[in-house]
Amino acid sequence: MVLLHFLSLEGWVRFAAYMVPYLIIGYDILKKAGKGILNRQVFDENFLMALATVGAIVVAVTGEGDYTEAVAVMLFYQIGELFQSYAVGKSRRNISELMDIRPDYANVETENGIEQVDPDEVEVGTVIVVKPGEKIPIDGEVVEGRASLDTAALTGESVPRTANVGDSVISGCICLDSILKIRTTKEFGESTVSKVLDMVENASSRKSKSENFISRFAHWYTPAVCIGALLLAVGGPLVRMVAGYDPMWMDFIYRALTFLVISCPCALVISIPLSFFAGIGGASREGVLVKGSNYLEALASAKIVVFDKTGTMTKGVFEVSGVHHSTVEEEQLLKYAAYAEHASSHPIAKSLIAAYGKPIELSLVSDVHEISGNGVTAKVDGHEILCGNEKLMRSQGVLYRECSHVGTVVHMAIDGVYAGHILISDIIKPTAAQAIKELKNSGVKKTVMLTGDLEKVGQSVAKELGVDEVYCGLLPGDKVTKVEELLGSKDEKDKLCFVGDGINDAPVIGRADIGIAMGSLGSDAAIEAADVVLMDDDPLKVAKAIRIARKCIRIVYENIYFAIGIKLACLALGALGIANMWLAIFADVGVMVIAVVNAIRALFVKKV
Amino acid sequence: MKKTYKIEVDCANCANKMEEAAKATAGVKDATVNFMTLKMIVEFEDGADAKGVMQDVLKNCKKVEDECEIYL
Repeated sequence: MVLLHFLSLEGWVRFAAYMVPYLIIGYDILKKAGKGILNRQVFDENFLMALATVGAIVVAVTGEGDYTEAVAVMLFYQIGELFQSYAVGKSRRNISELMDIRPDYANVETENGIEQVDPDEVEVGTVIVVKPGEKIPIDGEVVEGRASLDTAALTGESVPRTANVGDSVISGCICLDSILKIRTTKEFGESTVSKVLDMVENASSRKSKSENFISRFAHWYTPAVCIGALLLAVGGPLVRMVAGYDPMWMDFIYRALTFLVISCPCALVISIPLSFFAGIGGASREGVLVKGSNYLEALASAKIVVFDKTGTMTKGVFEVSGVHHSTVEEEQLLKYAAYAEHASSHPIAKSLIAAYGKPIELSLVSDVHEISGNGVTAKVDGHEILCGNEKLMRSQGVLYRECSHVGTVVHMAIDGVYAGHILISDIIKPTAAQAIKELKNSGVKKTVMLTGDLEKVGQSVAKELGVDEVYCGLLPGDKVTKVEELLGSKDEKDKLCFVGDGINDAPVIGRADIGIAMGSLGSDAAIEAADVVLMDDDPLKVAKAIRIARKCIRIVYENIYFAIGIKLACLALGALGIANMWLAIFADVGVMVIAVVNAIRALFVKKV
Repeated sequence: MKKTYKIEVDCANCANKMEEAAKATAGVKDATVNFMTLKMIVEFEDGADAKGVMQDVLKNCKKVEDECEIYL
């Protein structure tokens, strides 16, 4: 074509010489345009492209005969299409690969040694073998071996977990250092890996408002631009004629053809689902599973975050959180308590034994008497030990000190003398306070905590965490009512999200704008009910999820404004005759490339 | 009843056109085309014959976008 530019061919020879590259490049577009006409698809982009280039050729034939433009427009349009399908195919593959935690096989123990089979064919209760470096293919229980498991693909958490005999393990984890034998408890299709994959893959089918907006926009955009082109081609010259100027027919027809080049909405349409797809994929790598583009969008405008206390902000298990006013070594006091309580199965007793953490020498303990509802008396290492609540102390005539902290208090007396008390409470998760702070930093207006616990306990936890509001003593039904109240009092645009552990708060999770279940690896009910599932139980992930959503939505809006803005600018310049077809096609393809590249950014959320 | 079909389509706007065409087909209650995963999820009306309806869906989709494919 460059060559043709320098050859000084004239008239019909020149026309024919330019038609060769034009037809080679644009052959399929012209064919599709023809089919489009047969199917009465006037606003088909192939048809419009064909019309614009054929028009340009006609203008050239009647004018000074510069056919380069038509050929070039066709060429760039084709390059744009090619790039688009390459970029989309590539990112589709990349994102899918990133999420690929699907195991290829399972090692089943048979009489002839170990056999590799399709995970789909493994029945519940089969013993499978997982070697170091392999993925656990199916959920199950460890029957032999002990290994560290890398859960990063599921939770985004880089610290390995240890699995011992009797522990349940979930599929998708990678066995790091030794061989594990696992008895499967689920079929492959019901296993965590399958559920997670299913969820993430289907997530982009639940379309967001922005996607629907763009679809509607695209639906009207093309016809509107075409009508604009027609008005320009006919109206422009008529106005000039009436005003007494030269009508400049050809000039205005050329301007109208420029309109047609910009009329393809593809750049707009492609980047939005791609951004959401990338955002959802990136989030799932961080252990945040979002069930739909619409939820990702809602999460980005989360302004009120409501937490459940037990299991969400606290660990939900009782632990010794302090030893106060001890007259002996703390370690010694814990030892006496653990020895005295060693035979009890009460959770409090268990937490005392766990806190002591050393084996109990049974020969040192004698005369254990459990006084129901009060505590235990025992003889440990030659000392008379009293271990129990205030009632026990009072009944034995021991002067005790009240504890100023919140929790369950175990008073201790050694040989009839008060020796201090041990405080047992539900431990607040180490990252909980920081999580509240980060939520505030990422633009959440109000944090609320709901708990079934006593006023005193709830208030103290709330104060320690720095949440804005706390409601205590709520039954599960009351929590729904409270969330409904909060939903009613907020702004329409602000979204409310509820974070729970998914065990008994499924109704509340369902009622909130966005229900988030956390730490629910393997809990089916939670995965069912929630809109967003956090794979581990770190409350910091809530803020992270919101930031990921914000980033994705920011990219979506950037693309919408950018693409529509450039299109409108080109239309305006085209109408005034400043922009020619070259500029129009460059703008069109360029906008699409930039929008696609920008959309891919939504995938990188590690440091968000 | 909901069914998922694998599809082949080249551009995002064409996917939207296919979605519209599928929605407008008789016997289809709702349809979603997921361009990123190349899937079409069709919800049929009660009592509709899925196979027959899908033939119509394919025909209507071919009308708006010649180079599309639905793997039935």
